[in-house]
Amino acid sequence: MQHGKYGFITGFLAAPLGLYALFVIWPFIQSIYYSFTDWTGLSPEFSMVGVDNYTRMLHDDIFWKSLTHSLLFALLLPLVTLGMALFFAFMINVGGRHRKGGPVVTGVRGSGFYKIVYFFPQVLSIAIVALLFAFAYNPDSGAINSFLRGIGLDSLQPLWLGDPSLALWCVMAVLVWSTTGFFVVLFSAGMASIPAELYEAALLDGAGRATTFFRVTLPLLWDTVQSGWVYMGILALGAESFAVVQIMTTGPGGPDYSTTVLVLYVYQKAFRDGQAAYATTIGVALLVVTLAFAAIVMRLGRRERLEY
Amino acid sequence: MTTTDAPVPPPAPVVKTGPAVPPGSGARRRSDGSVLNVFSHGVLVIWAVMVVLPLVWAVMTSFKDDSSIFGSPWALPDRLHFDNWSRAWSQAHMSDYFLNTVLVVGGSLIGTLVLGSMAAYVLARFDFPGNRFIYYLFVGGMSFPIMLALVPLFYVVNNMGMLNTIHGLILVYIAYSLPFTVFFLTAFFRTLPTSVAEAAFVDGASHTRTFFQIMLPMAKPGLISVGIFNFLGQWNQYMLPTVLNTDPDKKVLTQGLVQLAVSQGYKGDWSGLFAGLVMAMLPVLAAYIVFQRQVVAGLTAGALK
Repeated sequence: MQHGKYGFITGFLAAPLGLYALFVIWPFIQSIYYSFTDWTGLSPEFSMVGVDNYTRMLHDDIFWKSLTHSLLFALLLPLVTLGMALFFAFMINVGGRHRKGGPVVTGVRGSGFYKIVYFFPQVLSIAIVALLFAFAYNPDSGAINSFLRGIGLDSLQPLWLGDPSLALWCVMAVLVWSTTGFFVVLFSAGMASIPAELYEAALLDGAGRATTFFRVTLPLLWDTVQSGWVYMGILALGAESFAVVQIMTTGPGGPDYSTTVLVLYVYQKAFRDGQAAYATTIGVALLVVTLAFAAIVMRLGRRERLEY
Repeated sequence: MTTTDAPVPPPAPVVKTGPAVPPGSGARRRSDGSVLNVFSHGVLVIWAVMVVLPLVWAVMTSFKDDSSIFGSPWALPDRLHFDNWSRAWSQAHMSDYFLNTVLVVGGSLIGTLVLGSMAAYVLARFDFPGNRFIYYLFVGGMSFPIMLALVPLFYVVNNMGMLNTIHGLILVYIAYSLPFTVFFLTAFFRTLPTSVAEAAFVDGASHTRTFFQIMLPMAKPGLISVGIFNFLGQWNQYMLPTVLNTDPDKKVLTQGLVQLAVSQGYKGDWSGLFAGLVMAMLPVLAAYIVFQRQVVAGLTAGALK
């Protein structure tokens, strides 16, 4: 298979690689370069300013607020989402108990139905989900507060997205709503591949459901949980948190920057304030956070696995 | 579907263990299980309701008039206001947004699959200097925050005169879909047997012909999985068009709806906006219900790296 091999390789790689280099790699390299300039993005002129943008960033309160919120998104959100998903998946796949004559390990009744329904939000655009919940959270006429009124909780009428101390949690809840189902299905697939003999052995030893979960299911599923955590964390640091915060919160970024996240701050500095160079500096910080996050989760995960 | 705890015991389909469980402990476990089953069923049902309720509420609201949307958000519509839907479709430009989205996603999807499979095929089956480097260059793109590149990207696209154009958006979508597509399809092409391709080559087919007529048809299952993944990702894309596509006439569904919601603050056609929202949700939900297995397989293949 040598004849014309290199011509063929070049021909097949040229278009994809060219497109990828032009629209992905080149902008990445440029952005790191721009972070050392005073480029506004509005005019083509700029000059090198060394690490000025970086020192400015370290003294920028809004940057630190955004960073805190982004870290909260990357750590807390996967914890809640994956935790709930593991619980649901375990109930669906293993939670049903032994009946006479049936298999030892069964899911609860209607498990197929749950898996289909839970997955619904995953196929919807996060932008559409964010819009829908922005209406639901409306303090006067939204579905949530009028539901609270309906069950007699007239006194409890939070401002939700308008309340600086609540807004961030409201936005996070939407991401939990939209991603849990995906992980339920993902973990279900993982649980299905765990050999039934292991469960039978646990059952014969008199293990309850909690023990079975922590001693059999979770250790064997750990790889999936770990890659799910990285996947969710990267989403929560990037595109998903951008859409929910930008669409749902006032400002956008919330009252008194109470919901701003790094990715939104990059967007605002670049396209609203005309500070392209400073925006790319924050972008570099976001890149560092993302890579550090992935590295830490991978490392912690590896240590955890050795115990079993 | 695991419906194994149906209350008809005798002809159990799969009996994995026979009498291994002592009868006494079995009875104890059953009662213990039923209490827990009530609890676990309760939790599962609550989450199912929490998932479905917002969607049902949106559909219901899209048929109501403005005053009852605000007056009683949970009441059923007094009658079905289909005019909301027609108003959203024509006056609120939902038809335009739909068309733009179909054009952009159609073009991007074909481009992504063709270019992605070409690159993946070469990377998976040919040895040449730089092979690993190019592979990791592609795959590395999966973990980078797009937002970092977005600022310079805006100016790259602008300098090429492709800002606010359908084809500009298509090219950018393809570029950003390549990392995962190449990663997934490289793994897939490695699993395909070499003998068929070699036989075709010995018979005088060129590399190009071997690829398009032999290898690509064999890779169909992989193409479908990665195609569904990319379709949903590109159909639901919000960040890229928000930055690169600010011309009101070229907006795609997601940004069109957000734009509508913002301007509704002044116009106040909330019922039309809800109709638009539901209009944008229903096609993917319907497609999901019909192609449920393929969608789940396609999307979860994405995360199980």
